[in-house]
Amino acid sequence: MAAALRSSLLTLVKGLGGPRWQQMPLRPLSVSAGLCASETSPARADATFKVTMVPGDGVGPELMTAVKEVFKAGDVPVEFEEFHLSEVQNMASEEKLEEVLTSMKTNKVAMKGKIHTPMEYKGELASYEMRLRRKLDLFANVVHVNSLPGYNTRHNNLDLVIIREQTEGEYSSLEHESVTGVIECLKIITREKSRRIAKFAFDYATKKGRSKVTAVHKANIMKLADGLFLQCCAEIAELYPKIKYETIIIDNCCMQLVQNPYQFDVLVMPNLYGNIIDNLAAGLVGGAGVVPGESYSAEYAVFETGARHPFAQAVGRNIANPTAMLLSAANMLKHLNLEYHAQMVSDAVKKVIKQGKVRTRDLGGYCTTGDWGLQINTLIQHSFLL
Amino acid sequence: MAASSAVLSLSKIIKPLWGGRLGNTVKVLGPTLTSYREKSSVSPPPAKYGGRHTVTLIPGDGIGPELLNHVREVFRFSCVPVDFEVVHVNSAMTTEDDINNAITAIRRNGVALKGNIETNHIMPPSVKSRNNLLRTSLDLYANVMHCQSLPGVQTRHKDIDILIIRENTEGEYSSLEHESVSGVVECLKIITRNNSLRIADYAFQLAREKGRRRVTAVHKANIMKLGDGLFLQCCREVASGYPDIKFDSMIVDNTTMQLVSNPEQFDVMVMPNLYGNVVSNVCAGLVGGPGLVPGANYGRDYAVFETATRNTGKSIAGRNIANPTAMLLASCMMLDHLKLYDYASLLRTAILTCMNETRLHTADIGGQGTTSEVVQSIMKLIQSKGQLTTDL
Repeated sequence: MAAALRSSLLTLVKGLGGPRWQQMPLRPLSVSAGLCASETSPARADATFKVTMVPGDGVGPELMTAVKEVFKAGDVPVEFEEFHLSEVQNMASEEKLEEVLTSMKTNKVAMKGKIHTPMEYKGELASYEMRLRRKLDLFANVVHVNSLPGYNTRHNNLDLVIIREQTEGEYSSLEHESVTGVIECLKIITREKSRRIAKFAFDYATKKGRSKVTAVHKANIMKLADGLFLQCCAEIAELYPKIKYETIIIDNCCMQLVQNPYQFDVLVMPNLYGNIIDNLAAGLVGGAGVVPGESYSAEYAVFETGARHPFAQAVGRNIANPTAMLLSAANMLKHLNLEYHAQMVSDAVKKVIKQGKVRTRDLGGYCTTGDWGLQINTLIQHSFLL
Repeated sequence: MAASSAVLSLSKIIKPLWGGRLGNTVKVLGPTLTSYREKSSVSPPPAKYGGRHTVTLIPGDGIGPELLNHVREVFRFSCVPVDFEVVHVNSAMTTEDDINNAITAIRRNGVALKGNIETNHIMPPSVKSRNNLLRTSLDLYANVMHCQSLPGVQTRHKDIDILIIRENTEGEYSSLEHESVSGVVECLKIITRNNSLRIADYAFQLAREKGRRRVTAVHKANIMKLGDGLFLQCCREVASGYPDIKFDSMIVDNTTMQLVSNPEQFDVMVMPNLYGNVVSNVCAGLVGGPGLVPGANYGRDYAVFETATRNTGKSIAGRNIANPTAMLLASCMMLDHLKLYDYASLLRTAILTCMNETRLHTADIGGQGTTSEVVQSIMKLIQSKGQLTTDL
């Protein structure tokens, strides 16, 4: 019965979808582009966008399934090219990496789960995750920490953006034992890359209409390295007279974040600090399962979760929270100019959270990933009928 | 002036000595000559992330805002990966805050699309033309326009295909005017060797790139023997480096006459600022008017795109009758500059098809269509080509 009803709904939906696309060009032009975006169908009906997908380890594949189901329910014109790359399951090799890279070069956009990096040293200092990042030159990681209405945490109505340089700094993979028993690990800060990330942060702030950028550093100890980073940020800030620029030391920043996170707007920082702050801030609004993230180079964009964890202990237990990955998918649709679908997906996700009926374990509920998917798909199909 | 240039040359000498030595504390942190020098000379990377560009949009006055809204609509419709940062410049203000803001915005994005900003002649002489200020402060030295006859437009001359390259930053536009004795005003026209060589080289390079055969320098060296003489001499010097391209020169008055009587003879033209202004308007008129021809201003680091004749079009503003072709073609030039060639040709084909085959024209070229009708017809053409662009 229910199945029959749904299929009839779906045909109805498809019937509606067709003519709407045809009408599009006749829409009055007086409405501004921004307003049009939310009420219209996709720009080009017959185009499908190809996107590379690397599910990764842990719950990654489960989350990707959720995304694919939602896209199917919402008739999103996106096609995924899947690549399974995993270091722990011995599914990683140079050829695999090359395949992913070739696919990325044509598609330019990817969705990615976390590729788990084993702790022990096997002769290779750089993980596949890092190698992928370096090959694609994904220098900027953006995590938008936004409280979800309907799920209460200690701090509500949080809205801050963390921008992290992720190709140099402590992640340079340059470590050596100069004298027996003495390991040197090199942290690299370059002017070029610091300027680049600073410019990215200010450009992001301009684009999203934000008013303040705070550089996070530890220049009181690392006077030269972090000092250079700070100097570059200050130089770039001069190009953006309308955006306020501040600096804060990393330790203080952590304390302020848990005490009074509302004072921050956009934060920009080198690699390792970014890693810590990303996770800390994600914790403020509900944990790794609810915060989306994205990485950019000049050419490519990769959409992933904000706090990157494989969450391996949950594999196959159907308890992972798909919120983060779905919001990230919505961001990806926006990046592809599919404003309408992006809005649809993120609205549906937020609605599920707000209704509070379906919650996974990390948010204090008892529902499964599957329940979640079911709920959101029904919502999306409803939104078609409205 | 002399002192600052001396400092600059000094810093150039010092730099190779200090540069390249990693771990030099002075270089990294100290407020030294080198660190300041680098600040001014190295321009930050353009705003391009994840394949999406950010472009400054200056709506300007008159028909600018409506035309640029159409451009945004077409871009959104065609999924062009470009985001606009809109910067408004209020032409009624006497302060330079607005325009400085716009200039900074271009400095950080690298590229801009712009409507013309009105220059009010009633304002005190200290208020310079905003458009000129923008071009000179960003050092957009080359103004390029391509006048080509469109088969769909009725004009007196057919087969016009002229590339006009105009020096954009000096000459008569130096804004140096003064009353030396009461009743005597001196207006300085500045021609420099550097800028003349630069524009000539740009012209010849472009000519070679586009497979052109001939470059004509336009001047008035019979009267301004030194000023235009220098310009001409610089063109000759550069021409000697391009033996594959023919070089000749023509006096500006004769040029305009030749243009209206026999325009087919011209190929690439290079000229100082004011002549360029006159000649480009003549040429735009030859192929159908100000609504058809796009223009571009290039510098070393930045590029600004606008309509070639830089009209404000106040009289037809807000009446939905302006011709959107020039601004849309300018946006295509911008896409070419951003290396988004597929999108550029997609839009350009649609615009030209609408002009030459659908023949939906606005009133300025004798048609009945409104601006939005033309834009919608272009968008329909883009959609019909959608099949071809699925892999975009």
